[in-house]
Amino acid sequence: MTETLTPLRAGAGLDWRRVFFWGGICALTIVAVSLIGLPVGMDKRTLIEPVLSLGYLFLLWVPLVLGYVATKVVVLEGVESRKPGSVDLLAGLVTGLMGASGLILLMLGLDNFNLRDPLVNWSPQLLRLLTFEQGLGFGIPVWLAAFGALGVCGAALHQLPSRTRRILTWAVFGVLTVAILEAVIDDLAEGFRLEWLTDAIYYKRGGEEGLTVKSALILAVVLGALPMVVGGRAKGAIDRYREKAPETQSRRSVLLLGSVAAVCIALPMFLGGIVNELLANVGLFLLLALGLNIVVGLAGLLDLGYVAFFAVGGYTTSVLTSSNSPFFAPEWHFGIALLFVVVMAVLAGLLIGAPVIRMRGDYLAIVTLGFGEIVRLLFLSDWLKPYFNGSQGITKVNPVDLGPWKVQGSDPRSVFYLVLCFCALAVYVSWRLQASRLGRAWMATREDEQVAEVMGINTVNAKLMAFVVGATMAAFSGAVLAAKVGSVFPKSFEILVSIIILVVVIVGGMGNIAGVFVGSLVLIGILGGPRQPGLLQEFQSYKLLIYGALLVFMMLKRPEGLVPSARRTRELHQEEYLQDAWLGDDEPDEDGEMQS
Amino acid sequence: MTGETRSRPARRVSGVDRFLSVIRVVMAALILIGFIAFVAQQIDPNNPFARWRNPDPNRLTGDQFKGLIISGLTQGSMYGLIALGYSMVYGVLGFINFAHGEVFMVGAMSGFITSDKLHATGWWESNFLLSLVIVVLVAIVTSTLTAVITERVAYRPLRNSPRLIPLITSIGVSFFIQNAVLGLLGPATKSYPRPPDWLGDSRTVPLGKYLVWIAGALLVASFIWCLWRRVPIEKDVAADGGKRPVGEQVKEDLARLAATVQISVTALWWVPVWVSLLLVGLLVPEKILTFDIKGTKIMVVAVAAASMVGLWYLVERTKTGRAMRAVSEDKEIAALMGINVNRIIVTTFAVGGTMAGIGGILWGLLFRSVNHVTGFLPGIKAFTAAVVGGIGNMGGAMAGGLALGSAESVAPMMLLEPLGVPGASQLKDAVAFTVLVLVLLFKPSGLFGERLSEEDRA
Repeated sequence: MTETLTPLRAGAGLDWRRVFFWGGICALTIVAVSLIGLPVGMDKRTLIEPVLSLGYLFLLWVPLVLGYVATKVVVLEGVESRKPGSVDLLAGLVTGLMGASGLILLMLGLDNFNLRDPLVNWSPQLLRLLTFEQGLGFGIPVWLAAFGALGVCGAALHQLPSRTRRILTWAVFGVLTVAILEAVIDDLAEGFRLEWLTDAIYYKRGGEEGLTVKSALILAVVLGALPMVVGGRAKGAIDRYREKAPETQSRRSVLLLGSVAAVCIALPMFLGGIVNELLANVGLFLLLALGLNIVVGLAGLLDLGYVAFFAVGGYTTSVLTSSNSPFFAPEWHFGIALLFVVVMAVLAGLLIGAPVIRMRGDYLAIVTLGFGEIVRLLFLSDWLKPYFNGSQGITKVNPVDLGPWKVQGSDPRSVFYLVLCFCALAVYVSWRLQASRLGRAWMATREDEQVAEVMGINTVNAKLMAFVVGATMAAFSGAVLAAKVGSVFPKSFEILVSIIILVVVIVGGMGNIAGVFVGSLVLIGILGGPRQPGLLQEFQSYKLLIYGALLVFMMLKRPEGLVPSARRTRELHQEEYLQDAWLGDDEPDEDGEMQS
Repeated sequence: MTGETRSRPARRVSGVDRFLSVIRVVMAALILIGFIAFVAQQIDPNNPFARWRNPDPNRLTGDQFKGLIISGLTQGSMYGLIALGYSMVYGVLGFINFAHGEVFMVGAMSGFITSDKLHATGWWESNFLLSLVIVVLVAIVTSTLTAVITERVAYRPLRNSPRLIPLITSIGVSFFIQNAVLGLLGPATKSYPRPPDWLGDSRTVPLGKYLVWIAGALLVASFIWCLWRRVPIEKDVAADGGKRPVGEQVKEDLARLAATVQISVTALWWVPVWVSLLLVGLLVPEKILTFDIKGTKIMVVAVAAASMVGLWYLVERTKTGRAMRAVSEDKEIAALMGINVNRIIVTTFAVGGTMAGIGGILWGLLFRSVNHVTGFLPGIKAFTAAVVGGIGNMGGAMAGGLALGSAESVAPMMLLEPLGVPGASQLKDAVAFTVLVLVLLFKPSGLFGERLSEEDRA
């Protein structure tokens, strides 16, 4: 303890073993990323013409982030922490260079050996990409310089004043976002007759060729200046809103909600087919995610077979409205079918919910997963083929006939409006339920079932209700899907759907409607759903990888999600609230574990 | 306490309970009807009861039935090997390691790469046993490493979080590994090189004869065991350094004899086992007990049994095993007793990974095709097997695997087909999940009882 009495010299006490560890991780990550095929697969998508493609971006973030991590100062309350100094920059450089050496080894390997047989991405194409088609003599020094510089940048981020850091973050992420959202911005600009804007920003209109260097620089300056202009005002506005009396608050909320609704209704008018299609998919998954949010987020039941209800909704609609249903084809109107969808969803919710309700949490997860698979296998089986047509599915589902309008897949805007209605309903229901007696019962059950029961809550009924409400929302989504695609196949209802919705809910923020909204917009919109492509179509074959990594990352670093619900956060960080921060952080020292 | 409060039932009988009872009765009835219809069909396919649901009943021949049982047991022993990993991790950490199926897949994949390379050099044919050893070692190393790294990266930071958090994490890990392998090795299904003819060939196993031999060997072994084993006695007579009067010595011998007899008596339940083994072996016609089994299947069952014995020895007879049991009982107290809890948890993951790796190789040799989703369904089914046998219980996991494997292969023909379900074998996977639901409905602690700490059971 005497050491802490003398003030530490800046930069002293840097743990070099840690730096080397992260350097090794950096090298491994880069090799793994290259061999998984991300750089080659994503190279087609240019972000900034001719300098940066998405493929290179996947290599470049590694040294930056790991340089940042390797030199991170652990702050413990009551202990004087190390002050970062110029040694840290050296550490960042070392991390970056170690990463570069991994890449260089890979390049040499690519040049001299042929491991194409097990490793499908061990290709000359990768070598060409890594050497910029200029040969090893050019590639090696460039990567060493670039990775070293990025490692130093990562380390330097700790030492910048927070203001500068914010400006930089805004500039970098802003430019990347604008580049990634090219298709949407392009489409929007076209709708508002602002083609000159896209012409100014992007390299080529409608070509997904990325920004030009000049426009990227200008954008960086503008977006970097944004936090200085807006800085603090948004936060101040939110704080002021919180301080207002409840009446004013609710009046403001209605105003806010109204404007959001107006935008939602007006915006699709100006959008083209692709973006509307995207929005319709986002809406479908938002509806699913809102339902799962009630089951997982509010009631705390980890339902991995949620797709079963989606399937029930889809099949009920198809059987009742299709002319092609093999057993019973009344070809009813969508609206009438919807009534039966609700009935079937409630029945399915009760049937699946009742056996699992008494099980402990993790058994419930696996059993519901089993039910999800059973439902799909039944729809697929020969046994029920006379009713559901097995793997050929039910086709020719009639479009939704709403008098002057017809909702069908070829007109994504109409689908979006239909989905929007259901989403609005679902948001309203979840919002009203949250604070209701039932909603509070759910949350109490989630936090501690026994205590909830002692307080007089009928936990069995509460949980069943959660299943039923969630099932109904999923079934609505299934119904819209059937009307949109015009057909249903067992293939659309794989377990994957459940998992992806779970990721959406968790990344967005369990138990928070706004969180679910953000989650589905970002994930489904950009990465895409299980079978639906997102904005970045290049991600198609890698999105599950990214979903998996994202799920692990969120669980480790921020289990409450991007937009957390306050109550949920308190639950998840209970220990930190109960104990002093540094008493709670009693993990055994890292080095001891590394050796063993 | 007044009589009035006591007379009230402890829990209200709610609609859910009634519904569950109905489900239980209906499922039991369905199984019973299916089974009776199956029996009727075996007696006479034109039996009206057999024709009741199934318009076109076909009698199952003995060979078909044997084939079903054998393939069920082979598949089941692989489920058992994977289930051990689930069961051990659940016993120690109290969460379902969803990614364990992926560990199995990684083992099978690395085994494929090695065997493919060995095949290309010609070793696979010329020197099969050695190359098999190499393949198994590589698979064990990769799958163990996968399991251990997963634990270090994803599960250790979550040691004290709510139970569902590590489960969700493991789902993420599962997807990550699956798709990383997809990215690295491509989506094509890989096929293992063909095992040599002497292994792949079908051979006749006269099980009746073997049973007699096994019974005899067990008898002899038990005699040797009784003679060899120092029977412990209550009184510590050796304390006074051998200067004992003769009378004392005789007393001691008598006590030892008595204890031996006592052990033999408590071990009496073995006697019916021997007798029944002998009787079955001797009396049942040889034709019924003669099986035609492919060599690879025999190998799968044998390797699974050997791994099980090894694991049993590790867990029940070594210091590490004792530490593992202690950690699964209570982590804090185990730490106070000087056990390095982290190391034991890593060991648990490593052992589970080893078993999964062996399972992966066996899978590859038997089915000869693997791809990146190979691990998903076997993983879930192996978890089902662990639950069927009672989670945390090693013998239970293996028995559960065998039970699940045979149920999955026999039930479509024995229960669903007589009930008039066409294409019943497509519903194999559905049967496995139904078994899970039924076990949890009828006996949630599994067939052989759970072994969990109080905290995990909550």
